[in-house]
Amino acid sequence: MSESTTATLETATRNEATTKTQSTRLSMQQALNRALDEILSADPRTVVFGEDCGQLGGVFRITDGLQAKHGESRVFDTPLAESGILGMSVGLAMAGFHPIPEVQFDGFAYPAINQIVCQIARMNYRSRGKLPMPITLRVPSFGGIRAPEHHGESLEALFAHVPGLKVVSPSDPHDAYHLLKYAASRPDPVIFMEPKSRYWQKGDVDTSDGGTLTGARIVRPGRHLTLVAWGAMVARCMQVAELAAEDGIDVEVLDLRWLKPIDAQALATSVGKTRRAVVVHEAPLTSGLGAEVAQLITQSCFDTLKAPVERVTGFDVPYPSGDLEDEYIPNIDRILLGIQRVLEYRRG
Amino acid sequence: MDSFLPAVAAADAAPLASEQLRELYSLMAAVRYLDTSAVAWQRQGIIPGYAPELGQEAAQVGSAYAFDTAHDFAFPTYREMGVARTMGVDMVAYMSTHKATWHGGMYDPLASRLAPIQAVVAGSVLHAVGWAHGQTLSGEPGVALSYFGDGASSQGDVHEAMNFAAVMKAPVVFFIQNNGWAISVPTERQVAGGSVAARAAGYGIPGIQVDGNDVVAVYEATRDAFAHCRAGNGPVVVEAMTYRRGPHSTADDPGRYRSLDDERIDAGKDPLERLRERLLAVGAADDAFFAAAHQAARIEEEAIRTGIEALGPRPGTEMFDFVFQETTPALENQATRWREESEHV
Repeated sequence: MSESTTATLETATRNEATTKTQSTRLSMQQALNRALDEILSADPRTVVFGEDCGQLGGVFRITDGLQAKHGESRVFDTPLAESGILGMSVGLAMAGFHPIPEVQFDGFAYPAINQIVCQIARMNYRSRGKLPMPITLRVPSFGGIRAPEHHGESLEALFAHVPGLKVVSPSDPHDAYHLLKYAASRPDPVIFMEPKSRYWQKGDVDTSDGGTLTGARIVRPGRHLTLVAWGAMVARCMQVAELAAEDGIDVEVLDLRWLKPIDAQALATSVGKTRRAVVVHEAPLTSGLGAEVAQLITQSCFDTLKAPVERVTGFDVPYPSGDLEDEYIPNIDRILLGIQRVLEYRRG
Repeated sequence: MDSFLPAVAAADAAPLASEQLRELYSLMAAVRYLDTSAVAWQRQGIIPGYAPELGQEAAQVGSAYAFDTAHDFAFPTYREMGVARTMGVDMVAYMSTHKATWHGGMYDPLASRLAPIQAVVAGSVLHAVGWAHGQTLSGEPGVALSYFGDGASSQGDVHEAMNFAAVMKAPVVFFIQNNGWAISVPTERQVAGGSVAARAAGYGIPGIQVDGNDVVAVYEATRDAFAHCRAGNGPVVVEAMTYRRGPHSTADDPGRYRSLDDERIDAGKDPLERLRERLLAVGAADDAFFAAAHQAARIEEEAIRTGIEALGPRPGTEMFDFVFQETTPALENQATRWREESEHV
């Protein structure tokens, strides 16, 4: 059975399960906080740290209450220096710890880029597998909250391009809870991109069963076109799918979840069925992850595609100020227009 | 003599015995011979490149001699051959990095207590701090020994590392080999104020500049720094003032930035010669000892060279094998295609 088929069935099962028991209504912030609490309880080698992660509980309160419960040696504040936070994570991992550092906002991963790219991503390789880096780097990511510069950026293509890193982004509280626990249990470094604009939306979290935690997930099955998205764009694509349905267009929404490794099989299965695809991301267009997704789809579905894969993305501009961010982030109209271009495409 | 670190008890600061002084000389002789031989290996085409540490034998051997392999962990850059040799690292495995076998060297860093060879010279300084803080969290007595130079001291990671370590009272010995040159740029155009150790005061931690060509002075300062860290007093900065007598690497041409006369004047007295005179003056060694030490160094170099020459390239599959602990489908596909295509050419 293909991963995608599994994912479809799983969605159905999850929806059934939520009507039974097990599930709790949590915001993504609460789900992440609960996941960290459980990781800290289960694994004594885990340490959670970063700027304002201790006493304050993080600027987004993701680590709220964790220092009080688990102690200052497990959950602690660091000086305001991202390279220091990530460089320190390398040393802690070398000493056998499982660090879960936080970079407070996406744009502040740049000051740490040497430690992420040259050190965390390569230490396993450099040491011939003797020094694994089981580091889960939490990065509140993407835009949509009217924040200052460097607080709304999408770095997934940059991270996905680096050999040795894995990249994941949850789109809802259930996945946030389970993917964080899963990422923290793996022996390789994972960049965990949290869609900060979705922190406060609630959803059903079945804490007892996360389902398949690798690969993509079909959030909405459909027949006419596949919308590929991740992070905060998944919810927007779901709104688009509902609107398109009113016009009789049956849109499948595929939450890619893992941005490295990308679930090429799920793309092949979904677009093999729908024969049309639009990929949506907040990051700039050129050399964005949409290009990688489009190539994977072209490779597997070239013979049956009815139109070139369309990309609806941010622009090749620095992330704009809050007043302009609604112009920058793909909105419902732009995604609908992208769908229209694909549907109206004629060969020759 | 009192330590520069008041917290270090006199009992921890016993002077070196004659046997230890002789051991230091033997180590320095072995390092000197291997170092100069490695330059020759490069000229002979045995290895593609090398970064000599000629002149830094006292700084490297003296500091690593204070290291406790049962507890401590050292973080090198790429010019710490003398450190590796003193720590007892497998030298074929260490020198393999210069054979272009594997970037980080073929030695097991955990078993060797030596982090992989590092080319981002300040990158590993923060790793030392993280590792050291891990010792604090685990209640273990290990101390991190972080090696870097005057050039690396310009990088921001060194500031972040010293500040983090001081804030967290992490047991780290920041050991700077100030060898006067960062490739072609002299210390006066690299280190404002002329001293990396002087920065320690700003972090509220002890720092000292020592004569880096006096192996005993280097050893004693590092030993005291270890004792200070191990007692829970936080980090220490030790700056060993030495001189890079050779080129930056076998690809470098120092004639473009310094004259032979400058080298003769600035290098000062050879650290090996200084220890030899000291041993003779205190009657701790005779000519037979020195002859034996040099003979042992030659035999050791020959064995290492034989091992290096015997090193073939690693299997190409290792390019893919060590990227992750858990590989990805995309990487597996690339490895498969590489294998198929390389078999067809």
